[in-house]
Amino acid sequence: MASKIVTFVLNGRETEVMVKPLTTMQVVLRDKLGYNATKVGCKEGACGTCTILVDGEPMLSCLLPAEDVEGRQVTTLEGLTPVDGLHPLQQAFFDNYATQCGYCTPGMIMVAKALLDHNPSPTREEIVDALSGNLCRCTGYEPIIRAVEVVAEGQDSRRPAMAERRRDKEIVR
Amino acid sequence: MSEQNLDVVGQSVKRRDGIGHVTGKTVFVDDLRFPDMLYLKMVRSPYHHARIKGIDFSAAEKVPGFVRAFTYKDVPKNIYTILCLIGVGPDEEPVLAEQEVLYKGEQIAAIVAETEEAAMEAVAKTRVDFEELPAVFDVEEALKPGAPILKPWGTNYFVYEGHDCRRIRYGDIEAGFAQADYIVEGRYQPGPVEHAPLETTACIAKPEADGRITVYTNTQALYFTMDNTALILQVPFNKLHFVGGTVGGAFGGKVDVIVEPIATLAAMRTGRPVKYQFTREEEFHVSSTRTAWRIYFRDGVSKDGHIVARQVTSYADSGAYNRHTPYAVTKHAANISGPYTIPNVHVDVHCVYTNRQPSSAMRGFGVTSASFSTELQMDKIARTIGMDPWEIRLINAYRNGDIRPYQKVVEDATLVEAIKGAAKLVGHELPKWAQAMNSWDRGAATPVTVEG
Repeated sequence: MASKIVTFVLNGRETEVMVKPLTTMQVVLRDKLGYNATKVGCKEGACGTCTILVDGEPMLSCLLPAEDVEGRQVTTLEGLTPVDGLHPLQQAFFDNYATQCGYCTPGMIMVAKALLDHNPSPTREEIVDALSGNLCRCTGYEPIIRAVEVVAEGQDSRRPAMAERRRDKEIVR
Repeated sequence: MSEQNLDVVGQSVKRRDGIGHVTGKTVFVDDLRFPDMLYLKMVRSPYHHARIKGIDFSAAEKVPGFVRAFTYKDVPKNIYTILCLIGVGPDEEPVLAEQEVLYKGEQIAAIVAETEEAAMEAVAKTRVDFEELPAVFDVEEALKPGAPILKPWGTNYFVYEGHDCRRIRYGDIEAGFAQADYIVEGRYQPGPVEHAPLETTACIAKPEADGRITVYTNTQALYFTMDNTALILQVPFNKLHFVGGTVGGAFGGKVDVIVEPIATLAAMRTGRPVKYQFTREEEFHVSSTRTAWRIYFRDGVSKDGHIVARQVTSYADSGAYNRHTPYAVTKHAANISGPYTIPNVHVDVHCVYTNRQPSSAMRGFGVTSASFSTELQMDKIARTIGMDPWEIRLINAYRNGDIRPYQKVVEDATLVEAIKGAAKLVGHELPKWAQAMNSWDRGAATPVTVEG
């Protein structure tokens, strides 16, 4: 089958790629565009480390055909990172030792971001439920849950909408 | 360094790789891409034990993107054993199987191609003619007469200084049992465990202009892997430049030197960067696991709770090849008495080959199985003789100055203090004689009689 052009917004930037049918977003982001924060853990929807946001919803990029994001907003961990400093979730993961090897971290942060966008004050159970599709083999999960709790508790004082600010800067550039 | 600078103990120090991790900027092997990079995929055994009668690459070679196939004939020193670097031998594992395969998933032929998909297709189209052979999966079955023999030296066990197992002989085991009021037997079987790191085992070998090969790898043992790779490829160490240190989880599962030698060989022969990364399926099915064990205890115990004799026979399932299991067996033998002082000890630990995927290192390997089984056995002894499980551990606790069965004088015992600390944490009240105990002075307190 012939390749086709897919157009979407990646971290605030208009993006156009030529893909063969059924090419996954994982391959597009990493191999075609070099956005390496989205990791490869299993390629079968089991580990969660490749999670990206599509129109704000967490999705497993290893199972997501690129054609499905036509015209949609795609956010990766790169898009969360402000020009200066860290997103509150990144800061909380760093401060609370929620990373060890770092390989699950991108997926964890993206899922946590989606959770807090939908539910700014989740209970511990809701946090655990949101992270339950993401595997971590190092931490035992507690520091990760704690990091999300810290951000949830400090929601009011959090600097608002880092991703949006970054998008503004992108457009200005 | 002045004293004022020594301010780290007691503090939480931020990880120096933490910012990279939370921003996704940490570079793992899989994040590297090079122009002209080839992909290596492996033809593997579908059988647990089989003779290889022939390999036919004719259909594989027709796959668009196929570049080259490698068999054992291409590997300069095909038979190796990882621990040769610390004097373990003989060599017994092939990089690529020769006439026989000993486990399901064993590497037979490497195929490099322009894309991962082409390499996979060529692997699928490689025809290997097998004659299936009887297999053995149980450690004790493997040692019985008539079991399929897996090793060229005619047995299914690793040889320790001329013996069929790692042995410890301490005191007089028969005299010890003669003093015993109780005999407590136990059989324990810690199972195999897959490390399942989030990042699968991988490397990229890249030829440089100066003739060296740069190998980017997620091994846990960079120089160990470089040395083994150089020995297998029969090249001087200075022809290889290994780059690593960033590992996406390993837990002992990335010390086995599996992907680097063949990827480096392929890079040398093709002159192009070659990537060899396990799929998730390979990580589960063919990467080594924690060793499975079968451990038999026979303890002689006196009425007052002293273990006066311990006889242990353990079997480590090394799987098809050594990897790190011969070393795990030695550690197991040293630790099977636990942190307890037992005057008469007789230990036989067998490193047994079966037709299972090789087992190797994982977090405390050898010792973990010893601690697990020893502590279950301590509880069993306590139940059998009707004694408190805290007290039986304290009565037998090793102290500084005691001699371990492998003839080492204890200098750093902490068991008594650890038990007392644990009792405090959970609110368990220990008897007065136990509270007066310490690790450095046996005279401080020793229970003369213990209530049952």
